[in-house]
Amino acid sequence: MMSANERSALQAIEDQSLFTFAEYDEQAAERTGYSNYSYWGSTVRVFLKNKVAVALLLVMMSLLIFTIVQPLLPGQKSPTKIHNDPQTGIQIRNHKPGGEFWFGTNSIGQDLWARIWSGTRTSLLIALLVGIWEVLFGIVFGALWGYVRQLDALITEVYNVVSNVPNTILMMLLAYIMRPSFQTMVIAMCATGWLGMARFVRNQIIIIRDREYNLASRCLGTPTSRIITKNLLPYLVSVIVMRIALSIPGTIGWEVFLTYIGLGLPIHIPSLGNLVNEGRAAMMSPSLRYQLIFPAVVLSIITISFYIMGNAFADASDPRNHF
Amino acid sequence: MVKYALRRLWQSLVTVLIVLTLVFLLMRLLPIEGYFADNYDKMTPEQREAVLDSMGLLDPWYVQLQRFYGDLLRGDLGTSVVYRPNVAISEIIAIKIPYSVRFGLAAIVISLVSGLAMGVRQARDKGRLWDKTWTGYIVFINAVPPAVYLLFIQLYVTQITRLPILYRRDNPVSWILPAISMSLGGIAGYAMWMRRYMVDELNKDYIRLAKAKGMSNKAIMVKHVMRNAFVPMAQYLPTSVLLTISGSIYIESLYSIPGMGGLLVDAIQRQDNPLVQALVLIFSTLGIFGLFLGDVLMAVFDPRIKLEKQGGSR
Repeated sequence: MMSANERSALQAIEDQSLFTFAEYDEQAAERTGYSNYSYWGSTVRVFLKNKVAVALLLVMMSLLIFTIVQPLLPGQKSPTKIHNDPQTGIQIRNHKPGGEFWFGTNSIGQDLWARIWSGTRTSLLIALLVGIWEVLFGIVFGALWGYVRQLDALITEVYNVVSNVPNTILMMLLAYIMRPSFQTMVIAMCATGWLGMARFVRNQIIIIRDREYNLASRCLGTPTSRIITKNLLPYLVSVIVMRIALSIPGTIGWEVFLTYIGLGLPIHIPSLGNLVNEGRAAMMSPSLRYQLIFPAVVLSIITISFYIMGNAFADASDPRNHF
Repeated sequence: MVKYALRRLWQSLVTVLIVLTLVFLLMRLLPIEGYFADNYDKMTPEQREAVLDSMGLLDPWYVQLQRFYGDLLRGDLGTSVVYRPNVAISEIIAIKIPYSVRFGLAAIVISLVSGLAMGVRQARDKGRLWDKTWTGYIVFINAVPPAVYLLFIQLYVTQITRLPILYRRDNPVSWILPAISMSLGGIAGYAMWMRRYMVDELNKDYIRLAKAKGMSNKAIMVKHVMRNAFVPMAQYLPTSVLLTISGSIYIESLYSIPGMGGLLVDAIQRQDNPLVQALVLIFSTLGIFGLFLGDVLMAVFDPRIKLEKQGGSR
């Protein structure tokens, strides 16, 4: 038998513990249902099973490293220097690929090999900037859209207006209004891509926000940071990585297109779009076709690799494919 | 249903109005060279001023905007400055439309028929050689920029097959390659959609029930799978149809087809501001109208969609 004192003391403890948040204790959390399932472990495991994607990943990693270190390697020429014949002083125009110029020279005597790698750097930089912007702005905008209920109607209207205009037209209009430059290119391409991302994030947030497991997490006193990293982020990170990977073929494609219609980068900046366009000017004579084929092949290898890797990663990051 | 369509129409009209206004105001930011033919350099600043004034470009923006709405209501899109100086834009475009429509329709028919057929075959032979080959095709078309592979098609296919490299009005053989080029993307898109949809759908319970009760495969395909697959497609079909028949910007310009898409490229390259503005307005309006039709069409095809809720959440 407990004494009255003891009983009331126990009751006080009970009441208190009922009405305070439980401390988060990792060990206690793991004790309930132990499983060695790890989201990222499984994602990597499934991705590695895709032999094609892994091979392309290796190719792209070496290509990326190469484009970065290429100007530092010995014996490389400047991408914009016009080479003259030392004896005659005439420009070495349309020189065939060979020992001196590995990919030949273009119509004003610039080294195509150096131009291709410099162009790849430019185009990948644009793609990366556009991809990062898409993800950052898309998530911020989408989160506001999903979380702040007062903004929902307004942002939905903005979305309807912008998404109704065909992408190509919007991009062309913006590039036309601004002067051709690196910034113009990036801004024009950033104007449309975030829409899809924002919409995706908004829908995910609305779905996940009120799910039972989230409600349960909140009630158990899980800190917001942990809700974000464990409950929300796994849904988004896969999409973020996929978006950046897929924005590379997309952005490079738009750049080639905008360059073709005369809204591309200024011609003194080598880029894959400018190189393809220069090659197109020379394509009607069969002996000069290398000027189109080399840039086009490098470009296609890059876009196809990123497209396949992006999709393989998207598949791998879907938990339904983990078992 | 009618109520939903009307509300959606109203929404589209408001969107068109907003887009028209934004485009018009954006175009005011352009350098003024685009309002002169090639005599810009020869003029004195006073003469330039006089030309701009006669075009009403020096008025305050709200006066210009008001005049712009008035002109649009009367069907007046302005006059071209550089492309064909002082010719009404509506007149220039009227000549171009038939070419774009003809090629666009051909491309849509080709891509729908072969794309859907290909997707159905792929889903039935899932995982086998046929499926893998066409998946390769789809990856290629989606990953490589059209501006690159279409160039190579023009270059090498004309060489191998001896087809003409440019469009000629009096030579129907020269129409083949542009029409096929225009449909390559659509074929990949429709096939990918159809395959994914059918693979998902064929594993569902109602299909297994249909099989169990002895329905033939063909009847299952037509009555269940195809009909359901069409519903989500209905939303995007009008937009793609409208934008295709209004002209492929790249292909028309590549093969020198005198259509609307090629015209836009010309107008941009020659900096004809009024013409660019008119074409941008036309393409955007078509895009908005296409989405409107798509939403209505989807509501017609799918009785499961609850209209009231749909209108609110979109």
